[in-house]
Amino acid sequence: MTECVECGADVTLHDNAEVGEILDCTTCGAELELVERTPPVLQRAPELEEDWGE
Amino acid sequence: MKVGILYSRIRKDEKLLLAELRERGHDVVKIDVRDLQFGLTEAPEVFADIDIVVDRCLATSRSLYATKFCEAYGVPVVNSAETAQICADKVQNSLALAGAGVPTPATDVAFTKEAAMESIEKFGYPCVLKPVVGSWGRLMAKIDSKSAAEAILEHKATLGHYEHKVFYVQEFVDKPGRDVRVLATDGEPVAAMVRSSDHWLTNAAKGAETDQFELDDEAKALVQQASDAVGGGLLGVDLMEVGGDGEAHSASEQSSGETPRDSANYTVHEVNHTVEFKALNQAADVDVPATVVDWLEAKAAAETKQEVVA
Repeated sequence: MTECVECGADVTLHDNAEVGEILDCTTCGAELELVERTPPVLQRAPELEEDWGE
Repeated sequence: MKVGILYSRIRKDEKLLLAELRERGHDVVKIDVRDLQFGLTEAPEVFADIDIVVDRCLATSRSLYATKFCEAYGVPVVNSAETAQICADKVQNSLALAGAGVPTPATDVAFTKEAAMESIEKFGYPCVLKPVVGSWGRLMAKIDSKSAAEAILEHKATLGHYEHKVFYVQEFVDKPGRDVRVLATDGEPVAAMVRSSDHWLTNAAKGAETDQFELDDEAKALVQQASDAVGGGLLGVDLMEVGGDGEAHSASEQSSGETPRDSANYTVHEVNHTVEFKALNQAADVDVPATVVDWLEAKAAAETKQEVVA
């Protein structure tokens, strides 16, 4: 469990959450990137860039 | 084996891959390219003793350079920098396919609005305008009229990055409400699915419905040719069904009455080099990450063997 950097709400991590994964805050909808696993650290996810894709 | 995963975002696709690699006991090193400095001759420490690097960069620009650096350091990387370069750019992609004799939609590239307008008028309406770099169906325009064409060209020329001033104009292929995505390893199909939508864009990222698809011999041969044309690797080959059933012909063929592409049943519109496979893994009966890891193991073993021989 950690805190949304946008609204401060509790954010629960899945057991298999990976550093670099994006999580949605269920309270404010912010996209958050997991940057540290133990202890969990979230930061606001980067905005979509034009060259993203496959 | 020791596997490096180049990434800047972990999607479900990467999680599937990571889980499979770890389950098999491989030493996995996640390499966030945002944290690195790439020198010209010396590899960042994180690359030490890595048998093979898998490029899973979400950003095309990073993918292009990171793979190039891996090769400069002598670190085996899939896909290759050459494959990335061809697949990342729709112009190069189309040139490679056409050059290899793979049926692909008729395409013009023009550098001015006026020249692009001539291409659009030549193809007739509807036709398609695509960004040369981009994915997930973003910024694709189906042009239904001259006035729409003028407006879109004006917007691209005025508001866009310089790449948007390279106008990639393509015939509209009247596909039967779906296209086909094939995941292939060096041209060998792993699994295939159809992506269906009422919208003319049938990308899974746009919410198209997916279902497993059985490839026939013609499609399999095209996948192999398309893969070879871009240098091989772990690829997503996109095909559209045309001609074969007599219903789904391209717009230009319909207007000209020409025989559809030597009676080919498919046209290959794109090959993707950092292919997403989560939707395919759900749609197909195949264990996609397991098959991909089988291939990676074989690739790494071949690289090691090559090193020993050298």
